Amino acid sequence: MALKTEPFVINVGPQHPSTHGVFRMRLTLDGEVIVDVEPVLGYLHRGIEKLAEGRTYTQNIPFTDRLDYLASMSNNLAYVLAVEKLAGIPVPERAEYLRVIMAELQRIASHLVGVGAFLNDCGAFMTPLLYMFREREKILDLFEMVCGQRLTYNYMRIGGVSHDIPAEFLPALDRFVTTMPGFIDEYDQLLAENEILLARAKGVGILPEELAINISASGPVLRGSGVRWDIRKADPYSVYDRLEFDIPTGSVGDCYDRYWVRIQEMRQSVRIIRQAVEQLPPGEVRTEVPHLLHPPEGEAYGHIEAPKGELGFYLVSDNSIAPYRFHVRAPTLINLTALRDMMIGWKVADAVIIFGSIDICLAEVDR
Amino acid sequence: MKFEHYGIGVAKGMALTFKHLFRKPITTQYPEERLTVSRRTRGNELVWDKERCTGCATCAKSCPEGCIEIITSTGEENNYIVDKFEVDMGRCIFCGLCVEACPFEALFMGYAYERARYRRQELVMDKEGLLLSGERQPSGYARPKIEAGLPRQTLLLDRDKVKK
Amino acid sequence: MAIFNYYPQTLSPDWPGGYWLHWGVFVVIIMAFVLAMVMGFIYLERRGIGRFQVRLGPNRAGPLGILQPVADAIKVLIKEDIIPAKGDKWVYWLAPVVAFVPALMIFAVVPFHDGALLVDLNIGILYVVAVSSVGVVGIFMAGWGSNNKYSLIGAMRAVAQMVSYEIPLALSIIGVVLIAGSLSMNSIVEAQDIPFILLQPLGFIIYFLAACAEINRTPFDLLEAESEIVAGFHIEYSGMKFAMFYLVEYCEVLAISAIITTLFLGGWRGPLLPPFLWFLIKVFGVFFLIFWVRSTIPRLRIDQVMAFAWKCLLPLALINMVITGIEVIALPPALLWTVIFLNLGIMVVLVVLWSKFFRLGGGRVEV
Repeated sequence: MALKTEPFVINVGPQHPSTHGVFRMRLTLDGEVIVDVEPVLGYLHRGIEKLAEGRTYTQNIPFTDRLDYLASMSNNLAYVLAVEKLAGIPVPERAEYLRVIMAELQRIASHLVGVGAFLNDCGAFMTPLLYMFREREKILDLFEMVCGQRLTYNYMRIGGVSHDIPAEFLPALDRFVTTMPGFIDEYDQLLAENEILLARAKGVGILPEELAINISASGPVLRGSGVRWDIRKADPYSVYDRLEFDIPTGSVGDCYDRYWVRIQEMRQSVRIIRQAVEQLPPGEVRTEVPHLLHPPEGEAYGHIEAPKGELGFYLVSDNSIAPYRFHVRAPTLINLTALRDMMIGWKVADAVIIFGSIDICLAEVDR
Repeated sequence: MKFEHYGIGVAKGMALTFKHLFRKPITTQYPEERLTVSRRTRGNELVWDKERCTGCATCAKSCPEGCIEIITSTGEENNYIVDKFEVDMGRCIFCGLCVEACPFEALFMGYAYERARYRRQELVMDKEGLLLSGERQPSGYARPKIEAGLPRQTLLLDRDKVKK
Repeated sequence: MAIFNYYPQTLSPDWPGGYWLHWGVFVVIIMAFVLAMVMGFIYLERRGIGRFQVRLGPNRAGPLGILQPVADAIKVLIKEDIIPAKGDKWVYWLAPVVAFVPALMIFAVVPFHDGALLVDLNIGILYVVAVSSVGVVGIFMAGWGSNNKYSLIGAMRAVAQMVSYEIPLALSIIGVVLIAGSLSMNSIVEAQDIPFILLQPLGFIIYFLAACAEINRTPFDLLEAESEIVAGFHIEYSGMKFAMFYLVEYCEVLAISAIITTLFLGGWRGPLLPPFLWFLIKVFGVFFLIFWVRSTIPRLRIDQVMAFAWKCLLPLALINMVITGIEVIALPPALLWTVIFLNLGIMVVLVVLWSKFFRLGGGRVEV
């Protein structure tokens, strides 16, 4: 005789220590098993797309900083690429190499936060998070040396970057690049073979390959499922076609694969930075662009491989100083559409882990 | 899911944590020790050089937030006299576009960051509050001459020992 | 009454006032010991975990932060006592008391010196196991009386976990009891010419893990998992009642450390220093191990916890008991070192065997 039970709804509310931001999920539970998931978004909507229509192209650059605030350099880069495509502005070579160095450093910093927060959600009481933040502090010090801020950089400009690097940047970067692989090995020693992490994350929250492609997932979520797709190789922008690097790909598409892909991407970023520093040419860092830019009428889509996925900016111009339409293709919003399929059938404790392995930033989801 | 590594993964992790007991902590005890910020820091205030400013208001036009308010009147020698130059630091996002836009290098970002106030009205800086003077150190953001005179930034990287 | 036939055994010959003086002195000693050590443990854990995470712990309240537990106590006492309107009032009110009193009662049988216990029961260790199971009821009452779904989930997990781990706990003690020949804690310490951890390595590991699960410490702290169900059964508690739960956690850690010291490490015995100092050193050593584990290892999920108890620890404890029984009967006491190496070898073989064939927890449930 089976006991008659009833599913009940629990609200993993907007304020919760491990939804990375204000994200709300309504889980329908049958005992401990999740039966249905309903995500509720929009708690951090600020209307950036509408506000951007009232500001000139250069004034929009600080706004793009605040989209995914953990990876501001990448946001700046994607936007500036879109405007340069729209207006046909060339970029000097030194600026391209500097952009690559900054973007890869930013990728390492963003993955450190993503992996650290994921391990914190698994329960390791902030120890791996604090170790990773120590490395992130070093990267933020480097960024502060170049542009003066530690979180919202406003570094890229239309036609190049805003300032050249100071004299002490390259020795410090060299020191970072030499010591970072040792620290990544330490993270591996700490938790990559830990049986409890393997028990919690292997085989959990599988995203099958066809589903990942069908929902247009991108970034480590897509590569963890086994699809070798990276915009730096598939549609190279800036000077990525002159640099050599691998694309780490997972096999199954579970949480452990996504975690592993992020750690390997950090190693590949260190490799890219080394090559970019060797190939850095002298020259100027910014082409002359009029103070109020009037791009010709038309539309452009500029996309890059941001740490969280494919970040794209779609701009429509009507020959005035402000964009007519400014749309952000946020990678994490599109990756989140698979949340329900990934979570059903697992338990409450897995909900937090699966959610953490997608590595979202609410500011980008809600814009 | 099997218990694959016989408990050795756990032991390796614990050995690493134990090694960290003997490393020096990386935190700074804030009010007693302070780190030197970068030369190009976009600190928490603006510094205005009254002698060089001509009242062209390019800075006000390039601010994304619109937080600079400038009111001028014409003077005798075919110039503008700046009557009111007010910046609302509560709305400022410290992007530095105004400093980059100034054609006469009359506006600088500040170097100080300990500028908390108890009331929002006290954050609005007027002409006297913004003045360049002995106490208010401008930062070197987009101003190479000032950048050369500031001290070096403390880096966490300096504490790492690099094995040759 | 029967109790006055009993008292000559508990009364040492040089106690002039009789039974009640002995009782009074030891109650004062135990209360002072528990309160002082709990304060010390709170301080040490926070500083210790801080050092594991390359930071200092709290160092602002008093020199070196020594007054931090005092500050915590004052903070907790002056907070507003909120009672949920629709919760079951009496259950809510009584829960901290029911959880706290058993934790304190365990100290009645912990020997600080030869014969220096509150009462030397000849069922010593059985009393400890019995009393510590009553604490489970307190936790369940807390979860139920809070009228909160999160608390209820936490409380159900707690009951399942604590009840399952009682069995390996009790079985691993039997090995020690067989070697010592008595259930009384005093006699167990006196029988330890060499510490029992050498003679019973497998028993030590099983007892340590089962005890960590009983007191809800990492890696089994899923019911106060901050990142999932935000503090579990004591979400709705504030003020003095929360202080009681906080105190219960540290009191139980102290109790477990004291019992491990008594059973496996030789209690107060040691060469040069006074016995009380040896006792403190061993208790701190066990506590160091407990919070070292806390700062490194992620936490398990509830079904993995249950699988670990029933499929892994329980058979190992049974095998340990059988082998110890055979050794006690068949082997003469002169072959001490042979027995030590034999037990160590058996432990390694069993751990390897179980790791190969044991499956931790279920996967996805079809919905």
